[in-house]
Amino acid sequence: MMLPRSRFPLALAGVVAALAILVAWSFTVGRFAVAPSDVVRALWASLFGGESGLARNVEAVVLQVRAPRVAAALAVGAALAAAGAAYQNLFRNPLVSPDILGVAAGCALGAGIAVLASLPIAAIQAFAFVGGLIAVGLVVAIGTWIGGRDPILTLVLTGVVVGSAFGAGIALVKYVADPYNQLPAITFWLLGSFTGALPRDLPATLIPIALSVAVLWLLRWRIDVLALSEDEARSLGVDVRRLRLVVIVAATLATASAVSLAGTIGWVGLLVPHAARLVTGAAFARVLPLSLAIGAAFMLAVDTACRTLFATELPPGVVTAFIGTPAFVVLLAAAFRRSA
Amino acid sequence: MTLAARNLDFGFPGRRVGSGIDLAFPAGEVVCLLGPNGSGKTTLMRTLLGLVPALAGDVTLDGRPLADWPARLRAARLAYVPQAAESHFDFSVLEMVEMGRTAHRGVFGVPDAADRAMAAACLERLHIAPLAERPIHRVSGGERQLALIARAMATQAAHVLMDEPTANLDFGNQALILDEAARLRESGKAILFSTHHPDHALRIADRVVMLRGGRILAAGPAGEVLNSENLSALYGRPVEVAEVVLAGGSRRRTCVAREAPDRLT
Repeated sequence: MMLPRSRFPLALAGVVAALAILVAWSFTVGRFAVAPSDVVRALWASLFGGESGLARNVEAVVLQVRAPRVAAALAVGAALAAAGAAYQNLFRNPLVSPDILGVAAGCALGAGIAVLASLPIAAIQAFAFVGGLIAVGLVVAIGTWIGGRDPILTLVLTGVVVGSAFGAGIALVKYVADPYNQLPAITFWLLGSFTGALPRDLPATLIPIALSVAVLWLLRWRIDVLALSEDEARSLGVDVRRLRLVVIVAATLATASAVSLAGTIGWVGLLVPHAARLVTGAAFARVLPLSLAIGAAFMLAVDTACRTLFATELPPGVVTAFIGTPAFVVLLAAAFRRSA
Repeated sequence: MTLAARNLDFGFPGRRVGSGIDLAFPAGEVVCLLGPNGSGKTTLMRTLLGLVPALAGDVTLDGRPLADWPARLRAARLAYVPQAAESHFDFSVLEMVEMGRTAHRGVFGVPDAADRAMAAACLERLHIAPLAERPIHRVSGGERQLALIARAMATQAAHVLMDEPTANLDFGNQALILDEAARLRESGKAILFSTHHPDHALRIADRVVMLRGGRILAAGPAGEVLNSENLSALYGRPVEVAEVVLAGGSRRRTCVAREAPDRLT
């Protein structure tokens, strides 16, 4: 059997290769099929200048429709997976993720309020970020206050409670939203969707995601120590409080950016880090890159399938939930059998 | 220069667990901390590690109050060996030991070749080098405890504080951990070792501290303090220290819990 440590380069190379194939596939398929060579020519011309020599509409499909959508799916998948991996170490709990902790709901409420007020994308992001921080703060505070013997269960249940409170807030936002303009947009976006990914909005979300991932990467070894008990981590010389705060802010920023771009897409943040750890062991220096790659590939595969399988587009959030819920039950059973 | 407590009161704000503790941990000695459940052993140890602030009196490291030490410098002097617990995170044994190098690296640091070599050497010393790449939850309880001792060695700290390292281990693994603690002493470390087994203290302790109700019942050289009278008072039950003659003629003291008087017929 191969060691987890040595499996990593192979696994990463495999996922990245799959990712490249998925990207190529995603660019060519859809209501308007584009030949792979035309995709390359359009992208080449737009990146390095020059004329692609393609018909206007073909170029528009590649550059204006597919490229932002592919970029958005990759970024959202990677961001949610990275945030999930970070939260899991942070809470020493393999069953948490941005959606289970209620962070995604907090981000969605913040973003929903900003949409209601017709604010620009940067403000939607900021509101989502603040909403997410409030949600995770509440989860930590309530979880600590309850205490209890089974911290894993306490945290999961607290996340459910906080998430449903924010869910009620979202319902209220929808209730007061303008039923002709805002309500369909908010509802659609809450289901999780990449249809709204516009080229001009992308930098505002990609930059914060890149920033949070960079912070998590720099702290990768410290984040391993966070997975130990608090006494152990502190006795090893880690300033646990400060480190937790930094990691929470980074993971929540990534979640908020993903949510403001594509709504609440659940389960990716839970399942992807699990898959990564299963392959390569718990070391965050390996889990983070592998999670980013798997998350991006998974999200793009789901979104591409959603827009090509049927005549009408399926919301990707619905598909991830159909995949995620049974997988969660399996993980839950495994976690409890292990701690019993 | 050592870790010492002077007239220490420990516990939590609003809940004093113990008081009036005077202790010192000289290099090259094993100090055993004995006490019944709830006597405050763990809280005392956490206070000595600087994880819980002292309520009154002081804990000093090299003559300087522990609270004044920056976390990383303190961690490079005081190593903690907790009870091995189940974890959901599958670090390899080697990665677990490498974490002992945390205090020697910056916030953005990662273990380098030297750290890896040192971690491997610690595993070697504890004879668990073949387990290096095994996931930490797929080794036995005794091996996991050894890995935590190896991690404490990797910190290069002069003081090693072990919180009931033999709890939850079978008889053979308990003996193994005791042997390794004794070997650690030979390398000049100051060791604090808490345990529920007076026999463990009889086996390896140079000095013994008996804690009851948060106060020191008796403290001193193991040979003097570990007697039937003190142990009976410590546990509130009749306890007898007897001498057994082992095969080959060597003599060892061991501890036996006697029947309580009211149960005698």
